[in-house]
Amino acid sequence: MNTLLVMNSRFADIKEQTFNAIDNEGTCRMEKIVFPNNRLKKMIQTIFFSLFRCAATINALALFIVVYFMAANGLTAINWTFLTQPPTDAMTKGGIFPCIIGTLCLSLGAILIAFPVGVASAIYLSEYARPGKILRMIRLGINNLAGVPSVVFGLFGLAFFVVWMKLGVSILSGSLTLAAMSLPVIIGSTEEALRAVPETYREASLGLGATKWQTIYRVVLPAALPGILTGGILGISRAAGETAPIMFTAAVFYTPSLPTSPFDEIMALPYHIYVLATAGTEIEATRHLQYGTAIVLIALVLGMNIAAIIYRAKLRKKMS
Amino acid sequence: MSSLNPNKEKTVQSFFFMIALASILILLMISIFLFMEGLPILNHVSIKDFLFGEYWYPTSDPPDFGIFPLIIGSLSTTFVSAVLSIPLGVMTAIYLAEIASARFREIVKPMVELLAALPSVVIGFFGMVVLAPILQNTFDLTTGLNLFNASLMLGFMSIPTICSISEDAIYSVPSNLKEASLALGATHLETIIRVVLPAAISGISTAVILGMSRAIGETMVILMVAGGAAMVPESIFDPVRPLPASIAAEMAEAPFRGEHYAALFATGIVLFLFTFSFNLIADYISNKYRQVGDSTL
Repeated sequence: MNTLLVMNSRFADIKEQTFNAIDNEGTCRMEKIVFPNNRLKKMIQTIFFSLFRCAATINALALFIVVYFMAANGLTAINWTFLTQPPTDAMTKGGIFPCIIGTLCLSLGAILIAFPVGVASAIYLSEYARPGKILRMIRLGINNLAGVPSVVFGLFGLAFFVVWMKLGVSILSGSLTLAAMSLPVIIGSTEEALRAVPETYREASLGLGATKWQTIYRVVLPAALPGILTGGILGISRAAGETAPIMFTAAVFYTPSLPTSPFDEIMALPYHIYVLATAGTEIEATRHLQYGTAIVLIALVLGMNIAAIIYRAKLRKKMS
Repeated sequence: MSSLNPNKEKTVQSFFFMIALASILILLMISIFLFMEGLPILNHVSIKDFLFGEYWYPTSDPPDFGIFPLIIGSLSTTFVSAVLSIPLGVMTAIYLAEIASARFREIVKPMVELLAALPSVVIGFFGMVVLAPILQNTFDLTTGLNLFNASLMLGFMSIPTICSISEDAIYSVPSNLKEASLALGATHLETIIRVVLPAAISGISTAVILGMSRAIGETMVILMVAGGAAMVPESIFDPVRPLPASIAAEMAEAPFRGEHYAALFATGIVLFLFTFSFNLIADYISNKYRQVGDSTL
């Protein structure tokens, strides 16, 4: 009885308000509900919401600040010589050409290995697998693989590819290690792309008498291809930015010649930054080279990511 | 078309099944090779001395292989970074999923995604050359490369993980729950705190655990900004040497298959077990307490 009274008095307050709870998109717009006797609540809400907004802004700013500092200090170091010449004078002058080539080799190598495996895994998970113990196991495996620390991938690469398979410190060892690491990224985005293909496509194809594999190969994959390629780009960018997995498996301090075979050791952008910033004899003198290398790496990685994000946004619009 | 051998369909399916097992296989291989190279350290030191020994002097004679200071280094950086990243990440997720205008979300969401894509070596470099001098001058420290700096950088590395998974969880809370709460006279804030967050709590917990798992396994940032002193920190501005930093910094100098080499692989095992159990817990929570419709609230 008591409760009812309280509620009644509340409703009396509400009656006087303009109620505009549903907007034209059909989603609930709650902020328009205002209770006259609840100024305090309203104030608290405003304070909290500004706090949330601050948090979101800080996160967005964090990216901006990092990129800004790198660009402000690094852009002056960038010129044609820097991008096309090898380091000279014991790495204190010259460019980073071998590092750019090295990073491209490593990440392309990684994606060549991880892409087919990742896409095939995703096809199984999304098209063939039935819910059950085995599927749970595979998913658990993928989630855990995604959580393995990058330095542990480095240890694994060293013990397995470099030593046990006798591949040595080489592009091949590094690419294989990076491939193992970027596999979950590719599986995840490919699965998302396959899920986005409407069920009616599959039903139409099966209804015309196509087999399951024909349906996947001729209907589902072509429809999902753009999404899958986006995942591939994200995989490359992930592989290009990683340092720890290549430290023991592929990257070296300095090598005078460009690689000629997959069994050569190689210089790489992220490792170059690390070495110049921490291990060189002239850490202060090479600061501008460090900033320059960092900005090249950022441009490479963020460039690929931005392309993928824009492309994906376009795809989603098209699909919906 | 249908004249195809029906066996072919079976073959294709088992082919994809085999490949899907690759992830599990790699995970198995990682464990096998870590243990194969790391276990020999137990010939030189007992498990207890290895895990709880207070001295890590792998190159002195006789060497000391106690990773206790490294474990504390990892746990303390992860904990301090979580103090920063959990509130920031979850609040951002709430804002993006519940409050933000479509326009604000369209700008901020990709930026958080890009923050996740920034190479860790770049963030470590930023901590070294930009943040460290600022910290050193502001707090009048001997070095700006310390626990606090590392935690700050790690925090910003785990925020995207926490934010995006939490946002998915909050976003998928059924709207009839929110509408019911609003209809009862609750304000938007009350609805978020009393209804939406409890309904999304399993997803948010998963997000937090995965974020911390990312922080504890992160290598380059820790290697470059944590300061590298293998001792138990007494203040938040002491330099530390977490597990991944030790592995990455020393592996190049450790003699192949010597004691030090094995000790570093054993350190890798400890690190692997940390992240592995974090991931198992996250997986357990997300499966066990999944919000199904509005019946379980």
